[in-house]
Amino acid sequence: MGCPAEIIWYKDVGSLRMCDAVVIPGGFSYGDYLRAGAIAARTPVMDVVRDMAEDGVPILGICNGFQVLTESLLLEGALMINEYPKFICKWCTLRVEENESPFTSKFDVGELIRIPIAHKEGRYYHTKEGLERLNASNLIALRYVDENGEPNASANPNGSVENIAGILNESKNVMGLMPHPERACNSLLGSEDGRRMIEGIIEFIKK
Amino acid sequence: MERIIPEEDYEIIRKELGREPNLVEQGCFLNLWSEHCAYRSSSKLLKTLPTQGERVVVGPGEDAAVIRLENDICLVIGMESHNHPSYVDPYSGAATGVGGIVRDILCMGARPIALMDPLYFGNIDNPKNLYLFEHVVAGISDYGNCIGVPVVRGECFFDESYSGNPLVNVVCIGIVKEEKIISSKGRRAGDYVVLIGSTTGRDGLGGASFASRDLSSTPDEDRPSVQIGDPYTEKLIIEATLEAMDRGIVEACKDLGAAGLAGASSEMAAGGGLGIRIFADAVPLREKGLTTYEILLAESQERMIIEVRPENVEEIAEIARKYDIAFGVVGVLTQEKKFVVEHNGEVVVDLPMDLLVGGAPPYDRKARKRTTYTLPSVSTEVSDYRNIILKILSSPNVAFKDWVFRQYDHEVQIRTYVKPGEDCGVLLDPMCEHMIALSCGCNPRHVALNPYEGTKLSIIENSSNLAVVGAEPICIVNCLNFGNPEDEEVYWDFRESVRGLGDGAREIGVPVVGGNVSFYNESEEFGTEVLPTPSIGMVGILPKMRVPSMYLSEGESIVLVGATYDEMLGSEFYECCGVLSESNAPKFRREYVESIKKVREVVRQGIVSSAHDLSIGGLAVGICKMALKCGAEVRIEHDSATLNTLLFSETYGRFVLGVEEEFVDEVLSKTGGQVIGKAGGKRIKINDILLDLSDVQTALSSLTKTMIGDEK
Repeated sequence: MGCPAEIIWYKDVGSLRMCDAVVIPGGFSYGDYLRAGAIAARTPVMDVVRDMAEDGVPILGICNGFQVLTESLLLEGALMINEYPKFICKWCTLRVEENESPFTSKFDVGELIRIPIAHKEGRYYHTKEGLERLNASNLIALRYVDENGEPNASANPNGSVENIAGILNESKNVMGLMPHPERACNSLLGSEDGRRMIEGIIEFIKK
Repeated sequence: MERIIPEEDYEIIRKELGREPNLVEQGCFLNLWSEHCAYRSSSKLLKTLPTQGERVVVGPGEDAAVIRLENDICLVIGMESHNHPSYVDPYSGAATGVGGIVRDILCMGARPIALMDPLYFGNIDNPKNLYLFEHVVAGISDYGNCIGVPVVRGECFFDESYSGNPLVNVVCIGIVKEEKIISSKGRRAGDYVVLIGSTTGRDGLGGASFASRDLSSTPDEDRPSVQIGDPYTEKLIIEATLEAMDRGIVEACKDLGAAGLAGASSEMAAGGGLGIRIFADAVPLREKGLTTYEILLAESQERMIIEVRPENVEEIAEIARKYDIAFGVVGVLTQEKKFVVEHNGEVVVDLPMDLLVGGAPPYDRKARKRTTYTLPSVSTEVSDYRNIILKILSSPNVAFKDWVFRQYDHEVQIRTYVKPGEDCGVLLDPMCEHMIALSCGCNPRHVALNPYEGTKLSIIENSSNLAVVGAEPICIVNCLNFGNPEDEEVYWDFRESVRGLGDGAREIGVPVVGGNVSFYNESEEFGTEVLPTPSIGMVGILPKMRVPSMYLSEGESIVLVGATYDEMLGSEFYECCGVLSESNAPKFRREYVESIKKVREVVRQGIVSSAHDLSIGGLAVGICKMALKCGAEVRIEHDSATLNTLLFSETYGRFVLGVEEEFVDEVLSKTGGQVIGKAGGKRIKINDILLDLSDVQTALSSLTKTMIGDEK
């Protein structure tokens, strides 16, 4: 997409500091043993990510990356085992709730996009007060919705509170989401909506 | 000397050695000469299969086969069963089955890119079967998802005969450039053999011999024979092995599966016409005090052996450290063709290689034609077709399997074009000009009625699955799951099935490049023996193109290709309603091969919008599934005697196509099909039978409902 990207080995802490943006991808860090993201959140590399987040570097956590970010306390709330406690892989319709972050700038507020999910621990949870704060500060980025854009129970794949699929930190340079935007980059495979999330990051760092 | 191997084998070995084999040596024979490892009941018959073809780069005999996809890009494919472990411990048994086949693909030098899982269970209204079903799927899901290899296609068949002894088969494919293919055959004496991956514990002890006998009615006592999976270590092994291969320091590679280190190391050496000296002290152990016997034969998972030149040992050790996996230099290949094991400063095992590997004499099994098929009880006449169709649609064999495949991350690695739930999976790889289509399964009821015809027809069924996306088959793999081969009728089933497999493959001109045989699939607990189940995996290729959906769209003409014969025996209709009249078992006809070709061609031409091949449940089920989104009105001409046949017969080689008006004439002339109706109308009407789409949807969701309750 016209921007050099590198895979950084997690023990190679030094070279991470040279990057302009960080994506913590999905997967099963440490096999999801103990609790998804819990062990990875306590590795030295996350100290660097924390510093970079403070410096305003865009950090995107996808699926397991989201779990790592909440476990690292870079994002609020927690991701629990799905309401129906099994893994679920399916395409979801999401409603974009804000567009003032590097990750969402390429979307319109209220726009419906198609991106797949694949997780067992993706049920977003936060306290009542926490949710009020997220809502008031406009930090909820994405919600699971039906084809009419309604965030109802039938569109909620995992029991997330308020159908939340993705959130931002207060300064909006850290985002976590359970859906996989990188899997929505080719219309033949289902959708190209995920591309715009990556385009947004690239545009932001080129400024 | 204590004896742990059968008398006849013991005598052969004693004679060849000129001495009594010690206990550890006997353990090696017990496992390497087992049915599971040595194919003693099946090897003669398997030799009759066609294994050659212009695309075959590496045929049967290695850990997996290699088939040319295009130019220098090759497909690696293997298929395995993990039936016995999945009975004792469904979660771990199914999980480690995935792990094993993935390592088989890996050791050929390929990154594993997709899995298929054909599964067979007893009826889930029995709690034990429900437990087995739920935990087998969970095991596959947790393991496959964690290592990041998508399950893109499967089959799930329910029948009483699998009660207590489910069949868990798995196909894995990978992609490799031809110059990067690695062999499992040792290359030269003096090279070291290193072991990487997990440490070795007591788990899975003697699994090969365990899988070669009937399961006792007290499975809990066998629990140590079942391995525990560690998918995180598997993921690390995948990356570590691929990195070592990429650096060009892997001379040969083999995964540790059945018969553990003894099996893998002796087969690697024997494959290269060499011998090996094993240093048992160098094997990284999980706990202290393992005996030589345990070190050699434990089937601890997630372990590989790699042949390296002496100067590259340090480099591979460094890779193991990078990935935090265990490492040991456990052997050296030798010119002298012997299998020697040193432990605690003593030579514990000293055997001639040719005797240990390949020395097991095949069994001369007797076959007797099966005559015992009995028809199910007779039921009343059909009057309410609507209810019967809904009943068939809600049978677990027909209903949607989304409860299963939603648990598999079928999108990971980002190649999955056609998702699970359709007739076959299609993968789009940016490296390839072609797309890869995957299909699997068989209809065990049809095989039971006539193992020769039924197996041949499973080739037809899988080719039909590929044809609806325009794919041409390039290779076949199989798992032949049967009961006790010492039973003459079972052995007859097996013999006929292998004959059908070979002839079916020859009919479509595609080689059988790999597979395995699993005998003794029976349960004392339930008094069951599995239906003969020759599960097939088939891979096809197609040009990059937009492929037809399984679902009809408003306004399309509905075209039926292929004639329907009175072949109701073994049908889901008879299973649900009882036998209504004399009928026949499905039979192979050459016209099916022609129909498959014709359908493939019109699909490739891009003049077909939707396509589905007819299988279980027949035309009625096919129409209901295809019309689920927009409805359809279909009229089939019949006299009253044949309406049942036309609706429910499971004759093979038939397709339903949805075609835009402008292409109808061309499709009819090219396929010989007939227009039977039109898509649309938001309800399904077949002659005078009326079905609401919501009722059809509810019926097809029955399995999901059984498992979850309210549907999400």
